[in-house]
Amino acid sequence: MGTTLAEKVWADHLVRKGSDGAPDLLYIDLMLMHEVTSPQAFEGLRLAGRKPRHVDQLIATEDHNTPTVDIDRPNPDETSALQLSTLEKNCKDFGVRLCPLGDADQGVVHAFAPVLGLTQPGMTIVCGDSHTSTHGAFGAMAIGIGTSEVEHVMATQTLSLKPFKTMAVNIEGELPKGVTAKDIILAIIAKIGTGGGQGHVIEYRGEAIKKLSMDARMTICNMSIEAGARAGMIAPDEVTFEYLKGRPHAPEGEMWDKAVEYWKTLKTDDDAVFDKEVTINAADLEPYVTWGTNPGQGVKISGVVPDPASFNDETERSAAERAIAYMGLKPGMRIKDIAVDTVFIGSCTNGRLEDLRVAASIMKGHHKADNIHRVLVVPASSRVRLQAEKEGLDKIFKDFGAEWRNAGCSMCLGMNPDKMVARERSISTSNRNFEGRQGKGSRTHLASPAVAAATAIRGTICSPADL
Amino acid sequence: MEKLTTLTGVAVPLRRSNVDTDQIIPAVFLKRVKKTGFDDALFYAWRRDPEFVLNKPEYQHGKILVAGPDFGIGSSREHAVWALHDYGFRVVISSRFADIFYGNTAKNGVLAAIMPQESVELLWKLLDEEPGREMTVSLEDRTVTCGDVTLPFEVNDYTRWRLMNGYDDIDLTLQHEDDIIAYEKMRAEKFPFKPKTLPVKREPEQPIESAREGEYPDWQGPLADR
Repeated sequence: MGTTLAEKVWADHLVRKGSDGAPDLLYIDLMLMHEVTSPQAFEGLRLAGRKPRHVDQLIATEDHNTPTVDIDRPNPDETSALQLSTLEKNCKDFGVRLCPLGDADQGVVHAFAPVLGLTQPGMTIVCGDSHTSTHGAFGAMAIGIGTSEVEHVMATQTLSLKPFKTMAVNIEGELPKGVTAKDIILAIIAKIGTGGGQGHVIEYRGEAIKKLSMDARMTICNMSIEAGARAGMIAPDEVTFEYLKGRPHAPEGEMWDKAVEYWKTLKTDDDAVFDKEVTINAADLEPYVTWGTNPGQGVKISGVVPDPASFNDETERSAAERAIAYMGLKPGMRIKDIAVDTVFIGSCTNGRLEDLRVAASIMKGHHKADNIHRVLVVPASSRVRLQAEKEGLDKIFKDFGAEWRNAGCSMCLGMNPDKMVARERSISTSNRNFEGRQGKGSRTHLASPAVAAATAIRGTICSPADL
Repeated sequence: MEKLTTLTGVAVPLRRSNVDTDQIIPAVFLKRVKKTGFDDALFYAWRRDPEFVLNKPEYQHGKILVAGPDFGIGSSREHAVWALHDYGFRVVISSRFADIFYGNTAKNGVLAAIMPQESVELLWKLLDEEPGREMTVSLEDRTVTCGDVTLPFEVNDYTRWRLMNGYDDIDLTLQHEDDIIAYEKMRAEKFPFKPKTLPVKREPEQPIESAREGEYPDWQGPLADR
């Protein structure tokens, strides 16, 4: 019997096979770090008198609580400033490369590494952040880990892990016009639920996936964690190689050929069997928007807020009741009748160049609706920001009445000042609609950049086709 | 790490499913740089509600949390486990845990005990009948005892062994350093193209213009409040 992509990558990193219920010891090619989940790991290392095993397999940036305005001025938030200065000191003390705020390579940890060409097929990549799954778009095994594990990887360049189960999500056929990567992943999570991928590595497969760009593939793998999966992967192909070629840390010359030869072997064998398989017909999809407070609570944009009574499962029913009350909605309300206050375009899910291009193409020649309080456009990395400016996208956003911000996580999780107030409602291209995620009492509707841009024009949730 | 074998303490019923780590500890507390002192942050938003279970006097010294399914979903923040631990919880019981959260528990001496939802419901019922009662969790026997009811829970052998001995992860791994060295030798030969972050390779540095905050003097607050 053949093996899956995930099993191949796993096998190529096996340092030691676990026995008697002990996990496998897996070699880690690259660890990405940021200011929030690293200080206690460095502290642990220091207390134990240990050193990083390979500093050239670590890289850090500043993203979670960096401001997206006034980056040339002192940070007024003392606790954030302390975390950032702690990271700077730790990187200096231990010799870890840091791309700090203000540097052209700074950005959301899952956006800056691919841009540098550090994310490559067949690697194991970890980071103290659940959205590490993003890097699986390159055919890497990319796993979000906790701070103790960050310390463990620094000290040993390995991680103890139980083998994951495998799950195939097939998106068959051709996507209808106007349906994007974000809609695919929101539809998947709505179908399988927030625990549907638990313990599994999801491999996204099928015609519709093969046709996606790298930016779009990253959007899909990014939200694997929202389906409960440990990682998401897409087999590398010409699209992947094309994206990587010429990037600063991509292999060159003879090494490039050798690498491509290996990368081409990284695919699931025809006779491999997945532990679980889900198939979605692309033709059935349309733009998706969430109505509730977990990413699985999503519907087609043409749909309505569900009636909690329609859920057979008691737990789901009470979760829906609670979510609808929190969101200030009513069962049966049309999604397209929901007016929003704020539009957020950004994050490691949808803050890449392609996302900004799509949003700008829709906003061009329009102005935000009167009821829209603000439109924040936050590029995921500084290189993305520079390229967008080169293409004149910043001017389109500003003419539209949007704010063009510096790169960072920003309103995706509201650790910096980019927050909403209680009962403020957003359409957001980010990844989580949890209670209070974007500010205490805030209400979040997750959607694609196209839907967010169209909503900013009309003031109520809609897709570009509705304009 | 402290050893965990048998624990007797107040059990707290948390009748909610999909308790995400943003609820366990909001992002604002992630700005701290130390590993302890997160007890005040646990369930921060919910604890503003006087009716929330932890605000009831009988549950204030809870050591065992009995929660609904899909506990610990969302963000990977290990702070969620530190907050539970700092508050006093050493055991969380649920029918299903999110993977990252589950992995983080054992590393911090906290047991995530898996039980069928029917058992959780039964414990909830027993706790409702006598709020503030103590339960006993035996890692040795893999059981939870509440009054005269004893229920089994699931925990894998390895996690159980680690918790009972209080072993640190790094020590365990470095017992196999020879294997790591052997792997690294093979890696250098077979995968010489794997990237290194140093020496630095990059496109030329370019100045990043600083954005300024927009001003909204006429904003009348959320539409929902108007």
